[in-house]
Amino acid sequence: MKLREIAHSRTGDKGNTSNISVIAYHEKHYPLLLRQVTSERVKAHFAGVVEGEVVRYELPNIAALNFVMTGTLGGGVTRSLALDAHGKSLSSALLDLEIEASAGDK
Amino acid sequence: MMRTIRIGSGAGYSGDRIEPAVELAEKGGIQYLVFECLGERTVALAQQARMKNPELGYDPLLEERMRAVLPVCASKGIKIVTNMGAANPEGAARKTAEIARSLGLLSLKVAAVIGDDVLDACKQGDLPIMEFDGTITQLGNRLLSANAYLGAEPMAQALRGGADVVITGRASDPALFLAPMIHAFGWAMDDWNLLGQGTVAGHLLECAGQITGGYFADPGYKDIPDLARLGFPIGEVSEDGALVITKVQGSGGVVTAQTCKEQLLYEVHDPSQYIQPDVVADFSQVRVEEIAPDRVRVSGGRGSKRTGTLKVSVGYVDSFIGEGQISYAGPGALARGKLALEIVRERLRLTGVAASELRFDLIGVDSLHGAQVSAHANEPYEVRVRVTGRTENLREAIRIGNEVETLYTNGPAAGGGAWKSARDVVAVASVLLPRELASPQVRFFGGAT
Repeated sequence: MKLREIAHSRTGDKGNTSNISVIAYHEKHYPLLLRQVTSERVKAHFAGVVEGEVVRYELPNIAALNFVMTGTLGGGVTRSLALDAHGKSLSSALLDLEIEASAGDK
Repeated sequence: MMRTIRIGSGAGYSGDRIEPAVELAEKGGIQYLVFECLGERTVALAQQARMKNPELGYDPLLEERMRAVLPVCASKGIKIVTNMGAANPEGAARKTAEIARSLGLLSLKVAAVIGDDVLDACKQGDLPIMEFDGTITQLGNRLLSANAYLGAEPMAQALRGGADVVITGRASDPALFLAPMIHAFGWAMDDWNLLGQGTVAGHLLECAGQITGGYFADPGYKDIPDLARLGFPIGEVSEDGALVITKVQGSGGVVTAQTCKEQLLYEVHDPSQYIQPDVVADFSQVRVEEIAPDRVRVSGGRGSKRTGTLKVSVGYVDSFIGEGQISYAGPGALARGKLALEIVRERLRLTGVAASELRFDLIGVDSLHGAQVSAHANEPYEVRVRVTGRTENLREAIRIGNEVETLYTNGPAAGGGAWKSARDVVAVASVLLPRELASPQVRFFGGAT
């Protein structure tokens, strides 16, 4: 299934860095996010977009992850040539990530 | 008895809707109304406006917003806090006092917080720029402005001095909300945990509709009622830091645990270190709990000692950008769009357009996330070609759009709706200024004496 089925997401911007939250709709899916939505997978998913590194922060109290991606916004929001200079649409792209769910996870 | 205040958030950016703020003032039961209207580079653009006319340089919607809310705020005793001063808080305060007089609100007292303009201090220190190699003096005559993110203390001081309206320039966005809490509850400026939890409240409220269902709806997954009448949020804060996020009953949108969680992490990097002028806030232990419809309790914000520096936003002329667009539709649209991009790429090379960076997009295909992420997309009915480039001067920037426009008569079949632009780019970088080099002050305007 797609990540979109179990999580919602929002993108924020600061300079040339984008952050994307991934928040489980239900707490029971948080372990699935922890296991499968890794920094490495996020970086691979955004091939051609993220030029820097992807760092993941974990927030178990709200069943959420926060991905901070450097070198992502075309040199910075205020000077980028991109149509979506803020990278606001990136969160929707991340929700397209494929998640493997076992019977107990649904 | 525990004291509680209700703070409304009347704008999440400079161009935001105006009626939700009026609705908050009329029906929100609020004591404070905050307008966050100053984007990252807006203060640099405002500085350019002030250089042309010394009376200007404040938010262009100041008059419209003030005329809309001052009468009701004055009659209910609601205090206004805003960063609409931009590059000229005193000019904005004078203008607001003038508007108040014209509305017959003769006793309205307006305060300006000044001192965020730290251009001279930054030049003297020749501070290093955080985003790229270089120092502030190396920007030479491209340097436009340097404004420190001030904390809540001078705004709280203005409220203590009896201000009905407090107008700042550059200040940290959460600090606009923290100031009323510090004023109302007498919080100590070294009570780091309270300042941290207050920062959580300010951060959640600062983007207005983004916590009541704006920037959130995704039909079938996250449905939000009545976005055309979106209600703006209210933070109910108690003197021990307890916080409930809510909105005006009957307004559009929703406040749920989901909307609050999304906004909590918005523009946050390390959640355990959200650096503010007044405190280093820690969001990592925050809990979010729905206690009633459109009422969400947010607890667990903490903080530690503030840093010795203030972040300074440096505005400078970075470059010029030229752009052109044209559309293709029907069978073969994608192939014609790709051909158009190849033609422009070749033309820019042949005619020697001096661009340091170029970008070739097909809107509807790969313009948002690039060719790799978009590779599996289906063929669209229509595509829009977009070519942008960075140049050193306006003349070169204009040539980029021209090469797209000439596709009309020289490019693939049936290209329509060409459009072009060329502009200078005012960009923003940051430096860290030792805190003691900024000296904010409060000045009062208007009010019966």
